[in-house]
Amino acid sequence: MLTIPCPFCGERDEAEFRYGGEALQEIPQAGASDAEWADYLFNRDNPKGLVHERWCHSYGCNQWFQVVRDTVTHRIHAVYRVGEARPVLDDVDGASADTGG
Amino acid sequence: MRGYSFSTVFGRALRGHRRWPAAWRSAEPARAYDVVVVGAGGHGLATAYYLAKHHGITNVAVLEKGWLGGGNTGRNTQVTRSNYFWPQSAAFFERSLELYEGLSRELNFNVMLSQRGILTLAHSHHEMEALRRWTNAIRINGIDSDVLTPAEIGKLVPLLNLDARFPVHGGFIQRRGGISRHDAVAWGYARAASALGVHIVEQCEVTGFDIDQGKVTGVTTNRGSIAADRVCICVAGHTGVLAAKAGFRVPITSMALQAMVSEPLKPCLDTVVLSPVIHVYVSQSDRGELVIGGGADGYGSYAQRGGVPLLEENLAALIELFPAFSRLRLMRQWAGIVDITPDTTPIMGPTPVRDLYVSGGWGTGGYKAIPAGGETMAHTIVHDAPHPLIADFGLDRFETGALIDEGAASGVSH
Amino acid sequence: MSAPQPFRKPEGGRIDRTRGIAFTFDGRRCLGHPGDTLASALLANGVRIVGRSMKFHRPRGVLTAGIEEPNALVTVDWGSGRIPTVRAAAMPLLDGLEARSQNRFPSVNFDLGRVLDFTRALWPAGFYYKMFKWPDWRAFEWAVRRVGGIGRVPGGADATRYRHLHGHCAALVVGSGPSGLLAALAAGRRGEDVLLVEQDTEFGGSLLHDPMEIEGVGSDEWLAAALAELAGMDNVRLMANATVAGCYDHNVFTIHDRGAAWRGESAVESFWKVRAGNVVLAAGAFEQPMLFGNNDLPGVMLAGAVHKYATRFGVDCGRRVAGVLNNDAGWRSLLAVHDAGTPVCAMVDTRDEVEAGLLDAAEERGIPVYRGATPLAARGSRGVRALRFADRDGSVRQVDCDVIGMSGGMNPATQLYSQAGGRLRYDATQHGFVPDRDPEGWETVGAASGSFAPGGGSPVRPCTAAPGRTGRQWVDFQHDVTVADIELAVRENYVSVEHMKRYTTAGMAVDQGKTSNLNALALLGQLTGRAPGEVGTTTSRPQFAPVTMGAIAGNRRGDFYLPPKLLAAHDWHAAQGAVFDDYGSWKRPACYGPDRDAAIAREVLAVRRSAGLFDGSPLGKIEVRGPDAAAFLDRIYVNNALTLKPGRVRYGLMLNENGIVMDDGVFVRIAEDHYLVNTTSGNADRVAAWLEEWRQCEYFDLEVVLSNVTSQWAVATLAGPDARGVLQALQGMMDLSTAGFPHMSFAEDRFADGTPYRVQRVSFSGEQSYELSVPSNRAASVFERLRSGTDSAEVVPVGVEALMVLRTEKGFIHVGVDTDGTTNPLDIGFGGVVARKRRDFIGARSLARPNDRRGDRRQLVGFELLDPNRSVAAGAHVVTGCNGALRSEGFVTSACRSPTLGKAIGIGLIEGGFGRKGEEVLVYDDGRTTPARVVEPCFYDPAGERMRA
Repeated sequence: MLTIPCPFCGERDEAEFRYGGEALQEIPQAGASDAEWADYLFNRDNPKGLVHERWCHSYGCNQWFQVVRDTVTHRIHAVYRVGEARPVLDDVDGASADTGG
Repeated sequence: MRGYSFSTVFGRALRGHRRWPAAWRSAEPARAYDVVVVGAGGHGLATAYYLAKHHGITNVAVLEKGWLGGGNTGRNTQVTRSNYFWPQSAAFFERSLELYEGLSRELNFNVMLSQRGILTLAHSHHEMEALRRWTNAIRINGIDSDVLTPAEIGKLVPLLNLDARFPVHGGFIQRRGGISRHDAVAWGYARAASALGVHIVEQCEVTGFDIDQGKVTGVTTNRGSIAADRVCICVAGHTGVLAAKAGFRVPITSMALQAMVSEPLKPCLDTVVLSPVIHVYVSQSDRGELVIGGGADGYGSYAQRGGVPLLEENLAALIELFPAFSRLRLMRQWAGIVDITPDTTPIMGPTPVRDLYVSGGWGTGGYKAIPAGGETMAHTIVHDAPHPLIADFGLDRFETGALIDEGAASGVSH
Repeated sequence: MSAPQPFRKPEGGRIDRTRGIAFTFDGRRCLGHPGDTLASALLANGVRIVGRSMKFHRPRGVLTAGIEEPNALVTVDWGSGRIPTVRAAAMPLLDGLEARSQNRFPSVNFDLGRVLDFTRALWPAGFYYKMFKWPDWRAFEWAVRRVGGIGRVPGGADATRYRHLHGHCAALVVGSGPSGLLAALAAGRRGEDVLLVEQDTEFGGSLLHDPMEIEGVGSDEWLAAALAELAGMDNVRLMANATVAGCYDHNVFTIHDRGAAWRGESAVESFWKVRAGNVVLAAGAFEQPMLFGNNDLPGVMLAGAVHKYATRFGVDCGRRVAGVLNNDAGWRSLLAVHDAGTPVCAMVDTRDEVEAGLLDAAEERGIPVYRGATPLAARGSRGVRALRFADRDGSVRQVDCDVIGMSGGMNPATQLYSQAGGRLRYDATQHGFVPDRDPEGWETVGAASGSFAPGGGSPVRPCTAAPGRTGRQWVDFQHDVTVADIELAVRENYVSVEHMKRYTTAGMAVDQGKTSNLNALALLGQLTGRAPGEVGTTTSRPQFAPVTMGAIAGNRRGDFYLPPKLLAAHDWHAAQGAVFDDYGSWKRPACYGPDRDAAIAREVLAVRRSAGLFDGSPLGKIEVRGPDAAAFLDRIYVNNALTLKPGRVRYGLMLNENGIVMDDGVFVRIAEDHYLVNTTSGNADRVAAWLEEWRQCEYFDLEVVLSNVTSQWAVATLAGPDARGVLQALQGMMDLSTAGFPHMSFAEDRFADGTPYRVQRVSFSGEQSYELSVPSNRAASVFERLRSGTDSAEVVPVGVEALMVLRTEKGFIHVGVDTDGTTNPLDIGFGGVVARKRRDFIGARSLARPNDRRGDRRQLVGFELLDPNRSVAAGAHVVTGCNGALRSEGFVTSACRSPTLGKAIGIGLIEGGFGRKGEEVLVYDDGRTTPARVVEPCFYDPAGERMRA
């Protein structure tokens, strides 16, 4: 049962949030091939370890933001707002070693 | 396979059961194999078995990072059924159910297939229409399916609360559906494959693939390099991790699918009951435990443990449907990591790497697919072309858009 | 207190002897005292056989004195109902409690199921994997199932109320033995928020039966002072009768609290979810059994349990106790038993080395000691009569006794630690698995950490199976797993710990291995030449001890399972005779009147002939405002949103990125920078969230804000030839004439009384139709006003089902019914709209894939039956081929017998449907086929003249 630190409201229970899948998927430019489009639409890194993902505080401020979470330990290492630069993570000692390539 | 029967048990009973041979050999990995199967779950073992049995290819290793049958094969809720909407899915899962029906004798290992029927409930007028569309499709696909009235359901499942928050409007049953014993499937295939000469290597983790000019030539493991002409990935839950090691991405998110069991009870439920709207399904195992499932935790995960919200939701649903279960106790809760694909259909066939094949993307339904999955993957590996039953299950469908969206088409979530 | 309690000591224990509690066991009347557990009271009353084992129906007595009890499992009737499989050793004795033995026929003392025991050679571990393959398993399963299971599902409703509570604490202390209390005191004195949870009825843990000196005083005195101090701290909460059941991500703990029920305050059980900062695990340790023949006989008990029954409950477990031991803790227990008045007649220890002080103590008391001995077997049939063992020199001896107190070492209660992801390390000195490294914020203390007070003592000798022909030796009591079963598993190569466990079922009983895992692992190691540490352990899962499922579900029953959404005018509809159905989470009028078919037909014809009034309030309403509102919606809709003029309405389709139709509905341009988006009723929240996601995550460059106003406006849809007249009669209604307010127009104004309204002229029925929105609190009065109609026009309330018939006649799709998760806009005739739109929109790229443009995709058509007397049902399929080899080409998605047209019609999706108009096809439903013709999907007023009139 996760406690997610909403960057707008602070720590809240998992039940208040909605998961939006992996973040940082770039919508392909017009003229993208079927393969490029399929890669954007369906393929995922799905890492075993740290992942950047989108969550929405849907039963709170209703704001989307990004979470850096370890998919093995479920520990949350950072959160950042849409449009903010990806945080530099110095301290990821606790992260799962296997990041799935 | 032979060796297990009432008479052998009786005979060995007289000698204190001291003469039983090992069910399977634990092999040391050799330098090279014709085929290396990654993952000794049901699918990997079945693939190896059918390679040996149907195609005479016995120089096969099944590599397992833990203990055989220890992934989703040993964690699922043991449901077997073939009541699928799309003809492709129906044909494949029906083949699997047919194989299940003969599996205990084929493997000489009782997998305890209990065709007690699987009942799917509808809770509204609209759902009844969707369910009708689904059952008609199943019957057109040549598979048994009967629509039941609430009264018939009440007779079949006396403890069910027909007057739940969403009252039961009806349902349909696949009488050939049911449950079986998951460990027995893994052990039975392991024993039979081992007897045909397949090497089963446990505690052997594949850490990478040897790829030469786009063709796989072997795998690296924590126990050294192993050469292979062909390699098949059967690691559902971790398909994405292995694919990444081979240099390609797959349309999969790994999630923790929860299951739980109650304390054991005398028989009280003789049908598998599933409610797509009141999110839960339940059966009673032969040991008497209520085996309860309902879904995956709603985010990507490789942690084989379940969370609280889904636990509460599943049990609230269970008790809304079966108020008499309220005072029973929950004994254990666990999770298995499953490959969730965008269209709930598996991913089977070739990969961007030549001679490297994948069988994964099983979502919540891999267990029931084990026999047909093994049979068709063995064929696919041998012929380097997909078996007709899985021709539409390839990775290429995501590029063409020819998805096989089972839940979406039937109007009922699976 | 005249009823005899033959095994109750004359004095001692923490029970309240001034008061009696009457209870029954299998109908026999017994007596106990407040402070007893059910097990202690049964023992005091001389009940030795309390249950039967699951597989062989062996007679079983009480083994332990806690939740780990695998034998004494009974069905209890008390308070608000019947509960099966209650651990007698952890169930407080409550007034009026009735207990029954389980898994026996006809009685616990004489059980026919025992025949399985006498034929046991046929039923070794995993026997069912080898047999019962012919003719198939189902032929045998019914019999096997009857053997399996123990309790029965209770009949009757569960009157207990279950509530969910949330809590936070800086320090969660699990267990209130001396270590837990010390930790709670320390944290409490630091001012931290402390929650101390104890599953027993009283705080104190081992101090309650094993007094010692702490901080220079006797433990009774210390305990009283400690509890008083803790009770006096505002920042400390104490919770007894509560089990910490699970540890989850981010230090969330679930706690099942039965305190209120057990104290008799109210029939309420609480299920807590507590987020803890730091955790102190002081859950103690589980004493393990020893292995020797017939170690399952009633009277064979854990030494610590014998001790606890003697000193805490004042109960003699028997008249003469023999000890079978491999560690010092067991010695201390039995010495205390002796001192409490139950003579110990032998100490049989498998070790050579025993702490000198203990040897002296035994000698002082005249207890014979056998070191380096090998316990062989318990003698007796329905209870222990003697213990046979081999002395160090190999000579076989026998001592008469009626209780064997055994102690195979203490295994720390690390279940919660394991659930938190902690790794265990095998401690050879203790012969147990101890925490290796505490996770961040965790501290494992006391016996749970593997530190056993006092002193170090002599090392524990790992438990081994007794050699030779000793009879069966039980590893898992409830599941009847013996040493021979584990040997068989090893022989058959089930040598991984999980394989052994699953093959033999050791550790899978209701105690989840608390009394069996360690011996099973040690044996597996011995048989395969591995140390227990190499064998490893199985993973501990929640629940630590089984938890009532009703408690986990909480109050989510009936309407609380998912509270229904009621219309603002719900009561008004009810007064009109509405029959309500569930539509998603809404309760809406399906029709008005008890005869469903007749009511629907009447309502449909009313709309066609005069006017019908429909409550469309759940219709999704999302306001979109800002300079970029048009640009935003143009990216969302397949349709052009830029060219829409203010005051006008347009129909639009939304796709998901995969090009699948996700929702449809009209959108309104209220002003240049202000749109109103209507969604289908079931999708309002989903579409609102979807738009918000795109706005925030992808289109953040656009200046636009969204607000979901669905519940603020009630919507009265008035449709039919008389609709305008009725609506126009409202005081303050704007001019609705077609010239000034044509089809697909929107306007807003106020009624004469100042009530704001919005009106849009759109039609889902194919008739002249107006959707009037008013503030929700005005819904009932507006409905009533419209219902009364005018002198010339009758207005009939219309339910959802009639509307579905109306729109089917008209061939209007209902997204989610006539489309599914595979339908793209081309399939429903929106190819032209897609082709005309030059700008990108969500899903556009997917429509360019080869599969999305195939001509044989399932496309929207209408159906008419050739035989006018037959009907067609939604869900029927269009098939080719003949019986036995049918193939589905698509299906009927909506169908009805049209009251307007007097015939059966349907719409649906079939392969290549656009090119098949006029073709005859076969419609399959429930095993029968009916010929039908493919037609245009619109059956009524195809030119739309009535709608625009």
